[in-house]
Amino acid sequence: MHDLYNFVTGPLAWAAFIVFIAGSLYRLINMLYLVNKKEKFIYTYMSFKYSFRSIFHWITPFATVNWQRHPVLTIVTFAFHICLIITPVFLLSHAILWDESWNISLWALPDGVADIMTLVVVGSCIFFLVRRLVLPEVQYVTSASDYVILAIVAAPFITGFIAYNQWINYQLFMILHIISGEIMLVAIPFTRLSHMLFSPFTRAYMGSEFGGVRNAKDW
Amino acid sequence: MAEPAKSEEKIISDIGLDVGISKLTDDRIEKEINSVIKNETGARLKTYVETCIHCGLCSEACHYYLSHDNDPRFSPVGKVKQTMWEMLRKKGKVSPDFIKKAAIIAHTECNLCKRCAQYCPFGIDIAYIITVVRRIIHRLGCTPQYIQDTAHSHSVTMNQMWVKGDEWPDTLQWQEEEAQAEIPTLRIPLEKEGADIMYSVIAPEPKFQAQLIYQAAVIMDVACVNWTMPATMGWDNSDMAMFTGDNEIMGRIKRAHYETASRLKVKRIVMGECGHAFRSVYDMGNRWLGWQMPPIPIVHAIDFYYEILKEGRIKIKKKYETPVTLHDPCNVVRGGGLHEKARYVVNAICENLIEMHPNREHNYCCCAGGGVINCGPPYKMTRINGNRVKAEQLFAVKARGAKTLIAPCHNCHSGLEDINHHYGIGQEIKFIGDILYEVMEKPEVEEGEKE
Repeated sequence: MHDLYNFVTGPLAWAAFIVFIAGSLYRLINMLYLVNKKEKFIYTYMSFKYSFRSIFHWITPFATVNWQRHPVLTIVTFAFHICLIITPVFLLSHAILWDESWNISLWALPDGVADIMTLVVVGSCIFFLVRRLVLPEVQYVTSASDYVILAIVAAPFITGFIAYNQWINYQLFMILHIISGEIMLVAIPFTRLSHMLFSPFTRAYMGSEFGGVRNAKDW
Repeated sequence: MAEPAKSEEKIISDIGLDVGISKLTDDRIEKEINSVIKNETGARLKTYVETCIHCGLCSEACHYYLSHDNDPRFSPVGKVKQTMWEMLRKKGKVSPDFIKKAAIIAHTECNLCKRCAQYCPFGIDIAYIITVVRRIIHRLGCTPQYIQDTAHSHSVTMNQMWVKGDEWPDTLQWQEEEAQAEIPTLRIPLEKEGADIMYSVIAPEPKFQAQLIYQAAVIMDVACVNWTMPATMGWDNSDMAMFTGDNEIMGRIKRAHYETASRLKVKRIVMGECGHAFRSVYDMGNRWLGWQMPPIPIVHAIDFYYEILKEGRIKIKKKYETPVTLHDPCNVVRGGGLHEKARYVVNAICENLIEMHPNREHNYCCCAGGGVINCGPPYKMTRINGNRVKAEQLFAVKARGAKTLIAPCHNCHSGLEDINHHYGIGQEIKFIGDILYEVMEKPEVEEGEKE
């Protein structure tokens, strides 16, 4: 078990971070390469002002018509994404890891808050799952991969929560937690989780088109 | 009200589609799909398809989806699933039957209105994806017959309606003479080099709505505009090739249009109350020809009316009294931001504007645009059933008193007319120009001079 732990926290962690960072860069560079090669005109229409006007509206809860139309989803999706990013970075145990490995001292979340945020992520995943199963317009466009990416995102939080509380087999769940976290990192550039990378660009382009050409609001 | 369209499977006979499909082979389909995707698309299509998280949030943007009782088959992403996703997933190995289905979806169940782009959290341009599907259908020779015929007309005559060379100046002269009965000094100046404005229209105006040219001439005359119309090809600003995915023809007709304006050395092109033509001259055609923005400023009729009313070049004798409501056409509002100017104009000429809801950028499409009405009679009920929500919107505003519906766009006009009749809404539909012509101050003519 100790060897395995050393492996997943050592070489495998390195591999996961390298694949995540290199993969993300590759995807973004590849997108820009494609723009340069075939759709260079996009640059002529890009505008910082209108890009950020659009992004700002869409990252603010209830600032768009569609967010207003779906209040529950809006609350869940914002809570989910905030907790999804904040919790793993600022969790106390992770802050210790940052410190031990890189001498980076980060502010850490109180454990009680982190617990709640973890449950928010897991609960949100259940909400998204139910939504996929129940709403016809979502169900119709759902494929197996949608469930898989939902599971990939939920797994590190579920296993981490179990490990932290030491309910059953701490060592096993710790290792599962680390592996599932690594899977998630690796999956980001190569699955539709890549919306994390691409959505600012698609939003910015649509914002620029609506602001600069169409003189209309895109929210 | 009519039954919602549950019996969508009714077989529609369309010779363009049927004959086109009968000539397809699996190899050809695969070749054309992959050729379009490989050679003509790039980062946009790839990023859009890979970023879409399948959340379904675009659904409620679509009038087809809403009108079909939230049938997911009609949601924007649902339509992409049934067309582009399959083509990409199977790497072009799809059947002729699939292509037929895709052609019907892309051509008759999406107006390219881009309302869904305002509802997608990522700003994915679904209308663009559907345009790529139409391009593939075009390359496969399976475009619905009526709209293909229109594209042929563009190709041969540089106008949409097979208007022949001599019919055009003839029609203008006829309208000039008609209008001279009202204003004896009125002219429709042809080929006047160096005029401030070239006025361009869509071919249905000379073909069967010549009174619109008459009205425009009166407005120009009274506002003392230094204007002209070309006597040559290039007078038509419409563009159905843009909607069939025939980009090459789109480029030819837009080039003819801009070049005519530049030959006449005009400062600006003012165009009639048409939405799709605005999209073509202001957004699509110029880009195809390599212009970031139109090479000559394009002024839509709404903008032009705004200008002459604001500057006081037209005075209003007595405002239109019947309460009106205003339909915001997608191509000039979501596509050009003319909604506030339209309201300024309507308020300047009408006593009472009652807003429909939703409105402005969020208005529901008329379901005729995007070339759907141009696919002709076989798909009339597709449009009408696909826009029950528009009927509900109009009933609601009529209940609040709006008896006249202003639709400053040709496609909207025709599409709303069908909805008006079918659902029995009972509104009178008018262009802004109709009302402006009616209520404006015109030079008094002595009784004796009239005949």
